[in-house]
Amino acid sequence: MPSLKDLRNRIASVKATQKITKAMQMVAAAKLRRAQEAAEAARPYSERMGSVLANITQAIGGGGDAPALMTGTGKDNVHLLVVCTAERGLCGGFNSQIARLARDHIRRLLADGKQVKIICVGKKGFDILRRDYASMILDRVDLREVKTLGFVNADAIAKKVIHLFNEGAFDICTLFYSQFKSVISQVPTAQQIIPAGVASAPAAAVDGGNAVYEYEPEPGEILSDLIPRNISVQVFRALLENAAGEMGAKMSAMDNATRNAGEMINKLSITYNRQRQAQITKELIEIISGAEAL
Amino acid sequence: MAEAFKFELVSPERLLVSEQVESVVIPGAEGEMTVMAHHAPVMTTIKPGVVTVKTASGGEERYVVFGGFADIVPAGCTLLAESAVAVKDVDRADLARRIQEAKEDAADAKDDQARSKAEQFLSQLTTLEGAILPA
Repeated sequence: MPSLKDLRNRIASVKATQKITKAMQMVAAAKLRRAQEAAEAARPYSERMGSVLANITQAIGGGGDAPALMTGTGKDNVHLLVVCTAERGLCGGFNSQIARLARDHIRRLLADGKQVKIICVGKKGFDILRRDYASMILDRVDLREVKTLGFVNADAIAKKVIHLFNEGAFDICTLFYSQFKSVISQVPTAQQIIPAGVASAPAAAVDGGNAVYEYEPEPGEILSDLIPRNISVQVFRALLENAAGEMGAKMSAMDNATRNAGEMINKLSITYNRQRQAQITKELIEIISGAEAL
Repeated sequence: MAEAFKFELVSPERLLVSEQVESVVIPGAEGEMTVMAHHAPVMTTIKPGVVTVKTASGGEERYVVFGGFADIVPAGCTLLAESAVAVKDVDRADLARRIQEAKEDAADAKDDQARSKAEQFLSQLTTLEGAILPA
């Protein structure tokens, strides 16, 4: 049975922890709002990009001059996985969910006899995947220093991937990230970015009608410029979704922690009071029985 | 009074402009072009340069863009810029950094094609610097 002093110390320490988790929750809430705004602000660009892409692919009509980034190498022997996770922990199952999805994917590919290469974005995913697949990790991108995610960050990652592709280091590239559904729900997602699967044409019909476009320069040339950019945009979107998801997960994790700490404090104070009462009663009995003996 | 049409300037980070305008001057890859209402559908890449927007209310705004795409249809014009800032907010140091990077790219280029591309980009950047930052 812990002494009264032990209990008092314990309660004090749990209270301190509760204060910290509460503060973290509030910080996460503020950051979440900002991350959500950033994700929403980036949406128009990727939407327009999608419709332009659909439009132009239609114009080319899958002809021979589509760039390799779109058609792929025609093989699927070597897979590159870009696993995007958070830089920090304390956000519930957020990182491990993404890592688990990636790991399942890797296992399946290995079972099929494919070769797997990994690029980790974010420290946590790297830490998890390093345990099993250290030899496959080509590179890791550290975004720890980055305060606000900019397009440049995503662009740098995309350039790296495209560079590897041009060297023939892989055939298929898949991006792993967590889709931000709501504050309490993030869905780990795998998205193939090379060869780029372009959503077919409905978007084109919306704005241009069936108008005949003029292209300056040639469609093929525009496309070969557009596809790498589209990859950057996809990466950027994944990073933003991740940032929002991380904050959402962190917020609910910290909310839980705060509530648990509150429960623990209640329980401990009941024990504390009961014990104090017991001690008082004991002392009284001692005094009374002492007086009676006289 | 020319007819107004919808113009949107979008960068990956946000939507910069979305309003009714009279005309827009776009630094297209194959020369500058002015877009007005009912323009024939054109899709073009753009080079680093200044986009001049004449709004329907009569104002004029200028933005610096660093490469991207323009999608022009009779009903409107969408400009997807890789990065875009209003001319008055241009960061001199940032521009200088980009030029420095372009120079390095040109120096590092492996084959002639890449080099000429990098040099072209560099010259576009320096022209841009001269155009928006007198002195």
